[in-house]
Amino acid sequence: MSVITVALAGNPNTGKSTIFNALTGARQHIGNWPGVTVEKKVGKVSKGGRQINIIDLPGTYSLNEYSLEEKIVNDYLLREKPDLVINIVDASNIERNLYLTLQLLEKNVPTVVNLNMMDEAKIKGYEVNIETLGEYLGVPVISTVATSKKGISQLTDLLDAASEAASTKTGSRLWAEYLEELARLKKSHKDGDPEGEEIIEARYHYINKMLDKALVKDEEKVTFSERLDEIITHRVLGIPIFLGIMYLMFQLTFAWVGQPVSDWLDGFVNGPLAETADGALAAVGAAKWLHSLVIDGIIGGVGSVIVFVPLIFTLFLLISILDGTGYMARVAFIMDRAMRRIGLSGKAFLPMLIGFGCNVPAVMGCRALDSEKDRRIAIMIAPFMSCGARLPVYALFAAIFFPGSESVVTLSLYLLGIFIAIIMALVFKNTLFKGAAEPFLMEMPPYRIPTLQTVLLQTWEKGKGFLVRAGTIIFSMSVIIWLLSSYNFSGAAEEINESLLAAIGGIIAPIFALHGFGSWETGVAVLTGILAKEAVVSTLGVVYGVAELAEEAVEAATQLQASIGAVFTGLSAYAFLVFTLLYTPCMAVIGTFKKELGSWKWTLFSALYPFVLAWLISLLVYRGGLLLGLG
Amino acid sequence: MITLKEVKPGQTVLVDDVKVTGQARLRFMAMGVIKGAQIKVKKVAPLGDPIEVQVKSYNLSFRRSEAEQIVVVPISAPM
Ligand SMILES: Nc1nc2c(ncn2[C@@H]2O[C@H](COP(=O)(O)OP(=O)(O)OP(=O)(O)O)[C@@H](O)[C@H]2O)c(=O)[nH]1
Repeated sequence: MSVITVALAGNPNTGKSTIFNALTGARQHIGNWPGVTVEKKVGKVSKGGRQINIIDLPGTYSLNEYSLEEKIVNDYLLREKPDLVINIVDASNIERNLYLTLQLLEKNVPTVVNLNMMDEAKIKGYEVNIETLGEYLGVPVISTVATSKKGISQLTDLLDAASEAASTKTGSRLWAEYLEELARLKKSHKDGDPEGEEIIEARYHYINKMLDKALVKDEEKVTFSERLDEIITHRVLGIPIFLGIMYLMFQLTFAWVGQPVSDWLDGFVNGPLAETADGALAAVGAAKWLHSLVIDGIIGGVGSVIVFVPLIFTLFLLISILDGTGYMARVAFIMDRAMRRIGLSGKAFLPMLIGFGCNVPAVMGCRALDSEKDRRIAIMIAPFMSCGARLPVYALFAAIFFPGSESVVTLSLYLLGIFIAIIMALVFKNTLFKGAAEPFLMEMPPYRIPTLQTVLLQTWEKGKGFLVRAGTIIFSMSVIIWLLSSYNFSGAAEEINESLLAAIGGIIAPIFALHGFGSWETGVAVLTGILAKEAVVSTLGVVYGVAELAEEAVEAATQLQASIGAVFTGLSAYAFLVFTLLYTPCMAVIGTFKKELGSWKWTLFSALYPFVLAWLISLLVYRGGLLLGLG
Repeated sequence: MITLKEVKPGQTVLVDDVKVTGQARLRFMAMGVIKGAQIKVKKVAPLGDPIEVQVKSYNLSFRRSEAEQIVVVPISAPM
């Protein structure tokens, strides 16, 4: 079976993903481009005995290698030589979109131009003459409205004939003239700079010439999107609206939807599910150790993470919705000035916000930053945003030591994280990453109502990592912790404090001798917390011998009250929480560091300096508290 | 000679010279901010910076420090 490769290229936000989904039926394989975590989406369709691989290239404005995305697209076109490139053009913003089109065509890759968003263009009063456009470009031009699947059949027909389409690339007299003009300009450039200003101007000049003939514009109309934007980024109302949306997001996640569903799931895992497993194991006469492994180890450990999934998914759902509407660009617009105070750009705000859900997508999201220095700083401070996985730790300790003021304690930790992030950003900006600020240049897309499919797909793509981790890292770790806590070198341990786990914890414990929590139990919890933060709680559950740790913080607190209460004081508990907030991020984040920072040196640094910082600050909290007589 | 920084929201101008330097210069130009382009200043962010302008038929946002390096000629009075 012959295989042909078709690549989708275009500016960001032109409907590439929507068209990709329409062509592939959203059957896709999502991986990464070699060496970077920029998403690479590949879909396979079979047509008339041929296999067509469809590749969704990252959205770019040009091919000038100004950004990582542009490098990827350039490399791809150069090395992989796709059989056909479908260039998605936003018809409602045709002038700027055609810039990339010209660059693609100049590279002489077989291209078909696909004018998308024809509906929006019409609303704007644009009428595009497709034949004329084709004459100027010398390639086939088709039009679509991806959201209502209009014109998609034309596109699939084109795929059927993809290889022929490529060979029928005709060119045109006008295009040939343009190429000659361009060649002349390039030659006259003494320094041989192929992307000089004259070339850029020549491209726009040609675009204008082409649109003079091919585009009829009505009287400029004020669109609904623009009127909406008048309110949303209003000088006075903009900030209250922004705060209101943030508040809504967190209420929905932590109070109205995410948390209640999590609580319900928790009831199910520890109620019916644990009981059924219990009954089933008893029925088949399972050995005591197996029973303990399943109930204490697996259901206890994995369950403590699974119940957390609704919360994370709610947050990602809301972020995907906001992302789809175009509001995220406004967040960067509104917050840029404030973020610049700490030496970053407004574009860094969003990754930080996502960090409250999970640090992994936060670190990945830092790619939105234009400058390499800013990107590194943002990556290195993102883990101070207290992620969702740290919340159960706060909830547990707050319920034991600070009943009645749980939310104040939790809030204080979130704020401390933000404060430390700001301080560290300033420190990095003035030491490791000195230099002039990079300019901020961002498109403000029109507001749109995202489609359900897009939102759900994105939520799933972002959130499934949690499920995968629950099934892999957390699962194996729960088993390992259970094993280590049940055995030592001479066989089954009678008491947990004779186990291997206690021995390991005992090695770590002295590090925290001055902090008021230098017990082997916390030592183990700190260690497992590096694998996954939520494991701190499940580990404490296992080591303190609570067979089935309730996930509801208040209930878990009563179970653990006696044991934890005996080891910690209110002050040392708070110092421990401060440590948990700030220390080395989890393995998943460290893995992402490696990908995003590129070197082991920076990865190790980013993983280790928070440990030192956490050690110092929690020591300060504990010792300071003692001096103030809070112990 | 005025720069884009001094242009009030609602006014439309023509770009006369892009004085932004370095790689940023080419980025601005590739986005359509080139000599002769028509730019309409739309608004200023709530905190006073950045600004939002309309270039060609889309909206672009950048800071006043860059706007200051774009020399323009006014073509319409504020509405
Ligand atoms: N009105 C209209 N909206 C569209 C059309 N095609 C896509 N959209 C919407 O435009 C938005 C962006 O579409 P995407 O498919 O995510 O665009 P993309 O090019 O993949 O964007 P990036 O992933 O940011 O590069 C979504 O909200 C779509 O629902 C269209 O033909 N008409």
